[in-house]
Order: sequence, then C-alpha cells, then structure tokens
Amino acid sequence: MSKSISSARADFPLLFTTVNDHPLVYLDNAATTQKPQVVLDALQSYYSNLNSNVHRGNHTLAARATDAFEEARSKVARYINAANPYEVIFTRGTTESINLVAFSFGEAFVHAGDEIIVTELEHHSNYVPWYQLCQRKGAHFRVVPFDANGELDLEALKAMLNEKTRLVALNQVSNSLGTVNPLDKIIPMVHAVGVPVLVDAAQAVQHLPEHDVQALDADFYAFSGHKMYAPMGIGVLYGKEKWLEQMPPYQSGGEMIDQVTSQLITFAALPYKFEAGTPNVADAIGLGAAVDYLSQFEPFELQAYEEELLVYGMEQLRAIPGLTLYGNPRKRSSILPFNVEGIQHYDMGILLDNYGIAVRTGQHCTQPIMDALHISGTVRASLALYNTREDIDALVQGIHRVLKMLKR
Amino acid sequence: MKTVAELEAELIENFNLLETWEEKYDYLIELGQELPPMDPAQKTEENRVKGCQSSVWFDITCKDGKLYFDADSDSLIVKGLVAILHQLLNGQPAEAFADVNLSLFETLGFWRHLSSQRSNGLTAMVAHLRAAAAECAQGKV
Repeated sequence: MSKSISSARADFPLLFTTVNDHPLVYLDNAATTQKPQVVLDALQSYYSNLNSNVHRGNHTLAARATDAFEEARSKVARYINAANPYEVIFTRGTTESINLVAFSFGEAFVHAGDEIIVTELEHHSNYVPWYQLCQRKGAHFRVVPFDANGELDLEALKAMLNEKTRLVALNQVSNSLGTVNPLDKIIPMVHAVGVPVLVDAAQAVQHLPEHDVQALDADFYAFSGHKMYAPMGIGVLYGKEKWLEQMPPYQSGGEMIDQVTSQLITFAALPYKFEAGTPNVADAIGLGAAVDYLSQFEPFELQAYEEELLVYGMEQLRAIPGLTLYGNPRKRSSILPFNVEGIQHYDMGILLDNYGIAVRTGQHCTQPIMDALHISGTVRASLALYNTREDIDALVQGIHRVLKMLKR
Repeated sequence: MKTVAELEAELIENFNLLETWEEKYDYLIELGQELPPMDPAQKTEENRVKGCQSSVWFDITCKDGKLYFDADSDSLIVKGLVAILHQLLNGQPAEAFADVNLSLFETLGFWRHLSSQRSNGLTAMVAHLRAAAAECAQGKV
C-alpha cells in the first residue's frame, strides 16, 4: 500500500524550524526541496559505515561502497524506467548533465551550418550551453517562442525542423511559469525527422508521473537530485545507449579509462566513460534513498495532491486585488509566478521573509521569458509534496500584510 | 557640514526609536520616498549598478574633491538603503567614503536580511561609490 501524502510533512525536519520568529513557510521548492530524514540518515550511514572509494579497492569496505553506489544507480534507473542502469550517468546536477551532452554530443554530431533548437521557455542552463556549442561549431541557434498563455508554439517548432537540425533541447516543466510541455506530441514530431531530443526534467521528475524515459522516448533526460528531496551536488543524465556509445568522454582522468599507455588510451564502458574521477558516492546513495522515499507514494495520487494544491493557490492568489499570475497554460505544475501592481518583486520577497515565508524573486535564470513578458522579474512560490493549504493561506495573508504596509 | 560619524549617530538614534521590524522598514521606505527625484535621463546603462536584483542608478559628480550624487531604485527597500547612503555621503569629501562601514545597516536592524544576499547589491552600491570617490580624490591632486 502506498504512503499517504498527508503524512509526508512530518518526515522533513527543517520544515519545523522558525524563521524571523515565525514558523517557516517554505515555498521555494523549485530552487531546492527540503530533505526527508531517511535521506539525511543515508548520508550519515554512508560516512559512518561504508566510506571507501568505489570501483577500485579490493577490500571489503570498497566492495560494499561500490555495491551501494551501483544500487543507487539501479534505483534511479528503475524510477525513470531506463532500459539499462548504465544509461544512468551521475553528474553534479542538471546543469552539468546538459553541459555534458552539449559538449560530447556536439563533438560527435554538430558541425558548421548545423542547427540546434531550444525554446524561449528554457532555464539558462538549457540555453547557454547550446548557444556556446553553436558559437564553437559555427552552428545556428534557433529558439522556439511561447505564446500569451506561456505555451510553446509547436507550429513554429515544426517549421524550424529540417535536415540541418541536430538536436532539440527543451524542458518538461518551465521553472519560471510552470508550463507542462506536451512531450507526448513534441518528441514524436521531432523524431519524425530523425532528430534526438534532450529533456530538462529538473522541475518535472519529482512532480509528474510522466518520468518514464522509454514511454516518453526521450534521447536524453537530465535532472538534479536536490530538487527531488535528495542532497545537493548529485544529478543524473539519462542517455540512450546508442547515443552515449557514439559520444566522446566529457572529462578525462581516473575511472573513465580502460587502458593507458603512451601510444594508446582506450575508454571504459558506459557509464564510467562519462564519470571521470572519484564520483560523489555519498550523495548518489542519498539520491537512491530519495528515490525510495518518493516511490512510496502512488505517482498519480501525488500528482493529484499537488495539482489540487496548485489550483487552490492560483484561486487564492488571483483573488488578491492588483495581483497578476503569469502564464495560463493548459497544464501547469507546481509553480506560481506573480507580481502585485506597484510592488517590486524584490520588496515583496524581503518583506514576506520577515513573516517567515520563503519564496524566490527575480528572473529565475530565465531572462528570455522576462524579456518576452516585458517584466524585470516575478515573485515565485513553488510547491512540493509536503506543502499544504495552510502554506498557501500563510502566503496570501503575508501578501495582504505587505500590501497594507506598503500602501502609502 | 556634519561628519559621516555624526550623521550615522543620528540615523541610529532615529531607528532606535522604532520597535518592530515593520516600523523600521516603514521608516526606511519613507526615507526613500524623501530622496530627491532623479531625472529619467540620468538612468542610463552606465549609471546602473551591476549586481543588484532590482535596478539601481547612481549619477555621481565630483566637485572640489567632494562627491555629489543623485540615485534611484525601482525597489522601495533598496531606495531606502540608497537614501541612507545619500544622507550620509552626499557632498562629503572623497576621503570620507573610505570610512563607510556596512555594519551600520546591521545596527539599524537590516543587516540580517540584506547583507548576505548579493541580490540587494548593498555591497555593490558601496563599492561603486568608493570607486568614484577614489577617482575624485585623485582628480583633486
């Protein structure tokens, strides 16, 4: 039987702290989520009981650490339904995952005159690496715009695809607007012209049931541990074997080699070819624990809970006079971006913090979105599975207090 | 003209009269509202201070070894901080800018929220003023 979502809050110790003499209301989950006790325990336990370097030593601790590390990889592989655990590469996070593909896929497949397509809805992490790749290779950088509702213009994407297109990179959920992109339509459309798709799933893998890479048919799927209740400093790049095999290593050094002589160097098999140096073993094990934790919930139940909370948040926020909620996509996940007329987002953030309410303000690493909306930034409240209606109510009450304070 | 230290003491005294953080912020914002208005033509890219989440502009002039500036921000809170810097430093000799201590904002009751965030740009603003003061001091010689 699956775990009930209402019991989740108690699993996260930091949610019970006080900030500025108020109980913490944590609504900055798109930046990073809090960690459940089981994840904290896994880290502690690794360093207390297992700590050893992996894949090398033939002593007992090294073997145990290696087993635990590889078990974490298998857990992640099962969570996203990868065909093989070796298609799961551990990275530092989504940014590094995308940079890895931009470099290694770029080296193998992108040449002068080729085209890379991204979207205007991307985080800078899924925008700048591709721009840089295009600069390096003399390739063309194409950007799919979004419409007034915050939805991608799929016709524009379709029109951009041609025999020069080498890759399409886009997110599953926009970190700035919360738009859920229809990957079930987009990926087949892009595949129809033989082009692979990289999905930035940083805001999706912890919220949506659609994180089955084989069902999505994603060629690359990148996400961060710390946004899915796992430690910071660990992330994942899933890649289809057929692509990863053809790509050269990203970094080189220990772990990633097969033979090294002065005449010939051969590389290790997947996934180690892409994991140079000592990996982040402890945090990978922490990620495994977070995946176990998340897997206790029934995915559709989890989505329904978060969606109900999001809709409640949208209703409550829209009832505030002068408040603009940005984007109106058909499907939205976990993100509530807004501004109140006459109040700068930064001021709202600082004053809410005085009431113990943590939100993020600014551009959220999505300058192209802010430019398209002609705004300097937003206040962004973002939800996780442990948030409740009480958190939304506290936010709304906080906004009203700020409005009262700034009314002069 | 009063010295920076004297002006600081006055500010501290005024803020000490306020008990809650709401009152302190309210007063800070009020100080910002009293800042002399800045001509939109002065809000150039060159006058913009980099490193702030909100937009902040300083238009600085150096005259007889003293620094004068107009400033503005689209954030009420940042504008209040700017107003404090203006109260302390506008028209002061360039050498006085080296004495500005950011811990003043802690004493006033804001440091806790504002100091650690690169987004508010307090550090960037003071660095900006100090750089201009250094140039001004050199020009005087």
